[in-house]
Amino acid sequence: MSEKFDVIVVGAGPAGTSCAYTCAKSGLNVLLIERGEYPGAKNVMGGVLYRKQMEELIPEFWKEAPLERPVIEQRFWMMDKESVVSFGYKGLEWAVEPYNNFTVLRAQFDQWFAGKAVEAGALLINETVVTECIVENGKVIGVRTDRPNGEVYADVVVLADGVNSLLSKQLGFHKEFRPDEVALTVMEVINLPKEKINDRFNLEDNQGCTIEIFGDSTKGNLGTAFLYTNKESLNIGVGTTLSSMINAKMKPYELLDYLKNHPMVKPLISGGESAEYLAHLIPEGGYRSVPKVAGNGVIVIGDAAQLVNAIHREGSNMAMHSGLLAAESIIEAKHRGDYSEASLNLYREKLYDSFIIKDLEKYKDAAHTFEKYPQYFKEYVPMMNKAMSKFFTVDGTPKRDKQKQIMKSVTSERGTLRVIQDIYRAWKAVK
Amino acid sequence: MHIVVCVKQVPDTKIIKINPKTNTLDRRSAPAILNPYDAHAVQEAVKIKELTGGSISVLSMGPPQATAVIKKSIEIGADRGYLITDRAFAGADTLATSYALSKALERINKDHPVDMIICGKHAIDGDTGQVGPGIARRMDIPPVTNVIEVTEVNQKEKTVLLKRKLTNGYELIQSELPCLLTVEKEINEIEYSPMPNMIEAARYEPIIWAVSDLENVDRAQLGLKGSPTIVGKMFTPPRPEGGKKLEGSADEQVSQIMEVLMEKKDLFTLQPSK
Repeated sequence: MSEKFDVIVVGAGPAGTSCAYTCAKSGLNVLLIERGEYPGAKNVMGGVLYRKQMEELIPEFWKEAPLERPVIEQRFWMMDKESVVSFGYKGLEWAVEPYNNFTVLRAQFDQWFAGKAVEAGALLINETVVTECIVENGKVIGVRTDRPNGEVYADVVVLADGVNSLLSKQLGFHKEFRPDEVALTVMEVINLPKEKINDRFNLEDNQGCTIEIFGDSTKGNLGTAFLYTNKESLNIGVGTTLSSMINAKMKPYELLDYLKNHPMVKPLISGGESAEYLAHLIPEGGYRSVPKVAGNGVIVIGDAAQLVNAIHREGSNMAMHSGLLAAESIIEAKHRGDYSEASLNLYREKLYDSFIIKDLEKYKDAAHTFEKYPQYFKEYVPMMNKAMSKFFTVDGTPKRDKQKQIMKSVTSERGTLRVIQDIYRAWKAVK
Repeated sequence: MHIVVCVKQVPDTKIIKINPKTNTLDRRSAPAILNPYDAHAVQEAVKIKELTGGSISVLSMGPPQATAVIKKSIEIGADRGYLITDRAFAGADTLATSYALSKALERINKDHPVDMIICGKHAIDGDTGQVGPGIARRMDIPPVTNVIEVTEVNQKEKTVLLKRKLTNGYELIQSELPCLLTVEKEINEIEYSPMPNMIEAARYEPIIWAVSDLENVDRAQLGLKGSPTIVGKMFTPPRPEGGKKLEGSADEQVSQIMEVLMEKKDLFTLQPSK
């Protein structure tokens, strides 16, 4: 008879590791199964790790975790073909403890984080694919892996198997996600000497900068691009919903090449050496795409539960927090000795009561609005660029006349009524 | 049957970079792995154990993180693992390494008499192939290198029949036990480890010995002190020239390549062995 654990966690990303760590720390017998060669080997994100949710798990983690740079400046670019309207915030309060957020390289960070779960007592097994949940009398009682004698049993199976979550799909928790519910993001890690990064981004050694780029970075399609500074490399990437990519017949690598050669971006990355090329799907369906998250003997967390806030590029923090909530619910279920859906639904309650679902609910229409009405990215970003150019060009025209001209060009391009409609619609989507 | 397999943690040389200035390996650029030949050595021990019963120990020397290759060996099917780790071992060449390992083997042999030692043909970072035979010499047992098949193990007669790879064929050798084998990759295929092995390995705590845990050790023969090897110069071999591209129809290309091959046919004839 194969061994039985209290908890089996499938997937050693931020969600799974957070859950495994918390369960193991409270003395549960935990098995953490990862398909990659090591945790992080197959995990991808743009690169921003938020302090708050990580700190809840491991206080003062920044003293030992492999982080790149604390982010002290966040810039937002509305980019046109040969111009950019930029705003942002830089603050030195983010350069000191406890910091705000950090850039990280996931291959290193995830490995370290999983190591903490192992230290807490979880058993980590790499290079092993879970092929299905073992279901008996309507209850998940373990998992089947692709290894010989591959069955392992547990009171609770936690599915942290990422965006496509084939395992929760097998259980009928969700259907195949539609192309407008997922974004395809491609990114490169570009090596560049520390001094060059500091000069180009106006930073000191232990300071980082993030730039989110809208508009021409996705050729006006729904999506964003990003450029983040690591210690001695840059993360540059771009993503749009899969549906936009299909409709516009764009290839992701072409989009990334376009971005890298954009006159606003090129000088920042020039002379760098491409070290890694990564691509991944991101669950961006939001509130309406969140599947069933608890069943008899099973819980779904992180990307597998579609917990990503695309508007605020938050995902890993939600993943970690969902892992923590799942662990708390499992620990309570253990006290009750009841792992039924009714018992594990405590996790669902906690999740819906947390910032995670509240934030997703707030933006439940945002992606839909911006995809259905492409004018925000396609027309307003260029319009803003033109307006700023006009406003700041000193040509003897009185400023008041300039403002009038700008307003006139906006309303004549889109029509007054439509502009008002657009503003109202956008406000409604994000209010 | 008690088999001891000697294993080494090495940087993955498939991806490692070489610092162009110093010509040394940039060890940070590549993950540390179980030397691939040693993985085959462990796998062969598992195959032999399936026939003869008994147990498999693995032995490694290295820094504390080398416990990773012992765990990897447990995944493949070893029963227990020893790591000898101590500042005094640092900087060892093949002479000092084989000395330290033979001292650990003496202690293992005292607790569980050893019938066979298996090593990989060589480690992919040094490529010397000297540690295996060095251990055999020190332990005064026969070394059999470049083994591609363990044909027969006769526990009663305490003999083993082995197939050795030669440049122009192979050689069958019968050896008495205990003996030391170094194995080639083609000796077996690494099997996909069963789940219970994975769980056992994740849980396994290797036995760790320092110099003080070994008996009758002459410290002068350990580590850098015991290593007469001097590295004179290191360089990266130049990349080979681009070669010649054959043009024309398939038939023309075939006749061209045949001409080239005929010109160089001496390279392909078998040389009589000595």
